[in-house]
Amino acid sequence: MSEIAIQFEHVSKRFRLGENFDSLRDLVPALVRQTFGRSPAATKVEREFWALKDICLTVQKGETLGVIGHNGAGKSTMLKHLAGIMVPSKGRIDVSGRLSALIEVGAGFHQDLTGRENVFLNGVILGMTRAEVARKFDEIVEFSGLDAFIDTPVKRYSSGMYARLGFAVAAHLDPDILVIDEVLSVGDFVFQQKSLQKMRNIATGGATVLFVSHNLKAVSDLCSRTVLMDAGTIVADGPTAGVIQTYLAREREKLGETRSVDVAIQSVILRNIKGSAVHFRPGDKAWVDVNFKANRLSEKLAVVLQILDEGLGDLFNTSSERLGHPSITLGAGESHTITFELDMHLANGTFHIAVYLFRYDLQREFDKVFPAATFFVDSEVDVRGGANLYPKVVNALIT
Amino acid sequence: MTPDSEVIQASESEIRIARESTPSRSPRQAVGRTARVLRDLLFVLTARDIKIKYKQSMMGFLWAILMPTIIVGAGMLIRVAMSKMSGMPLPTDSLASMAVKSLPWAFFIGAIRFATSSLTSNANLVTKINCPRIAFPISAVLSSMFDFGIAILPLIVILAWYGITPSLALLWVPVILVLLLLLVSGLGIALAAANLFFRDVKYIVEVVLTFAIFFTPVLYEAEMLGEWQFWVLLNPLAPLLEGLRSAVVLNVAPDLGWLLYSGIVSAVIFAGGWLLFHKLEPAFADSV
Repeated sequence: MSEIAIQFEHVSKRFRLGENFDSLRDLVPALVRQTFGRSPAATKVEREFWALKDICLTVQKGETLGVIGHNGAGKSTMLKHLAGIMVPSKGRIDVSGRLSALIEVGAGFHQDLTGRENVFLNGVILGMTRAEVARKFDEIVEFSGLDAFIDTPVKRYSSGMYARLGFAVAAHLDPDILVIDEVLSVGDFVFQQKSLQKMRNIATGGATVLFVSHNLKAVSDLCSRTVLMDAGTIVADGPTAGVIQTYLAREREKLGETRSVDVAIQSVILRNIKGSAVHFRPGDKAWVDVNFKANRLSEKLAVVLQILDEGLGDLFNTSSERLGHPSITLGAGESHTITFELDMHLANGTFHIAVYLFRYDLQREFDKVFPAATFFVDSEVDVRGGANLYPKVVNALIT
Repeated sequence: MTPDSEVIQASESEIRIARESTPSRSPRQAVGRTARVLRDLLFVLTARDIKIKYKQSMMGFLWAILMPTIIVGAGMLIRVAMSKMSGMPLPTDSLASMAVKSLPWAFFIGAIRFATSSLTSNANLVTKINCPRIAFPISAVLSSMFDFGIAILPLIVILAWYGITPSLALLWVPVILVLLLLLVSGLGIALAAANLFFRDVKYIVEVVLTFAIFFTPVLYEAEMLGEWQFWVLLNPLAPLLEGLRSAVVLNVAPDLGWLLYSGIVSAVIFAGGWLLFHKLEPAFADSV
């Protein structure tokens, strides 16, 4: 059963930066100079940049793989290689099955053409025949929800409508392998959910799905396995939860918080009743263990715990002192652990925890760790915003 | 499962054959599907270019005959001046000959110009989607052909006005047009690829096309050059234009020797353009 869908064998990609001859006006004089030996150094020095370095990756048929990493880590370059848009400088890529890649939603749409014309144009450019597009046309339009605007030129569409139509076409390609690059950042919340659901259906339908996103929650919801890329290499590969933790840990190091020399937070652990966790359901109990150590005498410390939403908005914060815990004084070399208990009455989404040490009498902030942890709340209750107040409609009288 | 979805299932290893490791269940179906996808891609891209050009329909149709009209107008002026100077009368078929040759000439320069920038103007598709890129320059040529078709209507009126009637020699026209298409496509795909790597190719093409009319018998007949006509006919486009004039205006078969020469050169250019294009294609996305 475990057939291989995608295999990268030691794939590397070199780009030449700047300094390239991109016009004959520059190239011809340079060649002449070189030929007549007036200045042998006429060949411009090429600066190289390896966008992918020795990538090895095997994806089984039917697997759903997430790809995460910074901007510039090589994620999109890897996808472009997979899609056959780029060719590796070294190594080899094997793809078995019909592959569809959605690198950009609505790439190839023409502004002056109507939605209908663009569905055909885009569908064929993405690899369908006109007959196939015609057969799926109604389905595509229905999915996009743009029935009323299908004969309007797309230049009059909002960016959300544009994205919906683009995704709708791509979602109906019926590929064996679907490659999607960060397309859920556009469109409204409802359409994002719909798109995710569609991708889940494609995945459960037996297709192999590769999903690149900065939306860690979406990756976590959709993908059982995830690879983390950094500087053109795969630095982590495994079950999604673990890889996301690795990613966040690396982020934290890179952020290079101004660490206090006097007292330092050693670790922050978010756990549920079973142990370390990233997924919670609204109302679940959660515990946050904050361990910190003093390098010299540190007096009257309080621990502040903050929860931020995905846009880094402050949703909630509290401190040990405000909760009635006496201030903490540590001698040199002493360490202390404090545990907060929380009820996660949060809405569906991604949240970050920040922790810092604070002295109320001096109003001074000591060591701060952000994000100390990131977690996801999974909920079927359709509420937006930060909190889940468990709404119900209990009375609907027509008067 | 409809029979059609079965076809899609079966055509696993199409398009990216070189990158496939699993043999498809039915290579024949796969090849058939690849061909259909390419055909449909050419269709939608050509339709796109035509639709956009003709969106403001009146200007679009005028555009198709504007270029040939200007060419013929300029040619008449020169020919009248030449006949005054030499004291020789203007041949009666001058206008008809120029009109017949101005159409393929306008197609030639329009198609070359459009094809040359076809990859750079579709840069977004070249870098974001893996589709057969050869479709871009070829559809540019095909959509220019549409203008050609439109302009044939007023041409028929002019020919009828001069009392030129159809004859069996017209059977040569499709043959010549196929050779013309081969030549234009070959140049177009080579120039499109070159323009992606050297952005000033487009300007060089512009300059060459501006002066090429002097080296091509559009406003004059090759035979007017006497023993020099050999050199003009070396231009592979020249025997094609002269051949069209023979078939349409003079109602005789074209010079078969020169037509053969043109055909061979066109085929070589097409094969060369095709090879160049496919050799450079892997580096396209890196260079845009």
